[in-house]
Amino acid sequence: MELENLRFGTELLKRGFAKMQKGGVIMDVTTPDQAIIAEEAGAVAVMALHAVPADIRKMGGVARMADPAIIEAIIDAVTIPVMAKARIGHFVEAQILEALGVDMVDESEVLTPADEFHIEKTKFTIPFVCGARNLGEACRRIKEGAAMIRTKGEAGTGDVSQAVLHMRMIQGQIRSLKGMDDLQLMEAAREIEADLDLVRECARMQRLPVVNFAAGGVATPADAALMMQLGADGVFVGSGIFKSETPAAMATAIVQAVHHYDDPKLLAEVSKGLGAAMKGLDAASIPAAEALQTRGW
Amino acid sequence: MARIGVIALQGDVSEHVLAMQKALQGKGEVIEIRKAGLIAGCSGLVLPGGESTTISRQLANSGMTEELKAAAKAGVPILATCAGLVLVSKDIGGEAKVKPLGLMDIKIDRNAFGPQRESFETDLQVAGFEKPYRAIFIRAPAIAAAGAGVQVLARVGEAIVAARQKNLLALAFHPELTDDTRFHQIFLKMLEA
Repeated sequence: MELENLRFGTELLKRGFAKMQKGGVIMDVTTPDQAIIAEEAGAVAVMALHAVPADIRKMGGVARMADPAIIEAIIDAVTIPVMAKARIGHFVEAQILEALGVDMVDESEVLTPADEFHIEKTKFTIPFVCGARNLGEACRRIKEGAAMIRTKGEAGTGDVSQAVLHMRMIQGQIRSLKGMDDLQLMEAAREIEADLDLVRECARMQRLPVVNFAAGGVATPADAALMMQLGADGVFVGSGIFKSETPAAMATAIVQAVHHYDDPKLLAEVSKGLGAAMKGLDAASIPAAEALQTRGW
Repeated sequence: MARIGVIALQGDVSEHVLAMQKALQGKGEVIEIRKAGLIAGCSGLVLPGGESTTISRQLANSGMTEELKAAAKAGVPILATCAGLVLVSKDIGGEAKVKPLGLMDIKIDRNAFGPQRESFETDLQVAGFEKPYRAIFIRAPAIAAAGAGVQVLARVGEAIVAARQKNLLALAFHPELTDDTRFHQIFLKMLEA
């Protein structure tokens, strides 16, 4: 076997990595101990952060990539994939994360954006996940090289309503493409400022051409199952686990809920006795200037 | 008529369903198995790619572990890819995080090639294939050692990445992510045996 025969960082490898996450829960963690709890609960990956979104929201100031020492410690603690967040447009943070051996970068609106442009993700070997509120945003991110999309929702609130809104928006817009002829698709692509080939692909497949997770406000097993029934391929849980009263039990219950999302009896069973979910914040009460979902375009 | 069950607890289940349907060309059906009680009705089984720690845990919770072991023992063909390869093995080198099913006499090196940055595509030379096979390795495991009853089908360097033992076909890569159905054809031949 010639080593030069190996090809790295292809589109197939990037999108394929995301496909292996399907039907799973990706959990935000800030320490190696939390990462181990997440792995033991059955998480498919962890997102390494210096603070969960709820705390980032409270602390204010500029939110940046986590300390590489924390990320490294988390990589060493678990065998499941480790993801980490870079600021929108901050391609050097992404380069650092790639050098650390992170498996996927989340170019995230939870951190303070560094640029009005997003990262040129096709230039990287490792895959990226990006947030989106609608089909136009999703297609723009995919065109830039995102291998996975997640709803933006409203991170750090524990209020699932915005994730629901964004998931319904994306699904609804894709459904509306059904049956359109090519001229109509061109018009639709122009309207949502999306690449025509991607719009055609969405119309044909009746879904995004990459894996689409729910994120931004998922706080309970019922929330997770709701997003799955709405068509999510899997779920990110940010503050919802380690801001709850019983993180290990909550983590396990949310994993079960994603696996058995269409079985209400089982959902009732796994939802019992978890103590208080994260306190949360009504997304509608957040002033427009403090909303995270409007970061990026 | 063949009925192939894809273990659908986590991972790239829909890709496996589509790839198998394509290989079957209408000569059988493919079902997703998410709970106990369905495995016994299948003439072939697929353990997909995904996260082996997650799938292993879900298998135990769902009560499917014993059903899978019984099916394997009864000679039902099983196609195991990536995480599935880890799960069918006997030995994963002292890691307690995953409980392998112990069906195949192989020792696994989980994540043998490193993090996602090191994931790769390559043209494999496969025993019995005329032309090379384009294989997709994603945070892939490899077989570090195989027992006498295991037939090695392909290697990357020293590492074994495709192997067969009686009714078990185990691959470190993802035949469900490409259009090349040659490994699926081997699997479907095993159904006829």
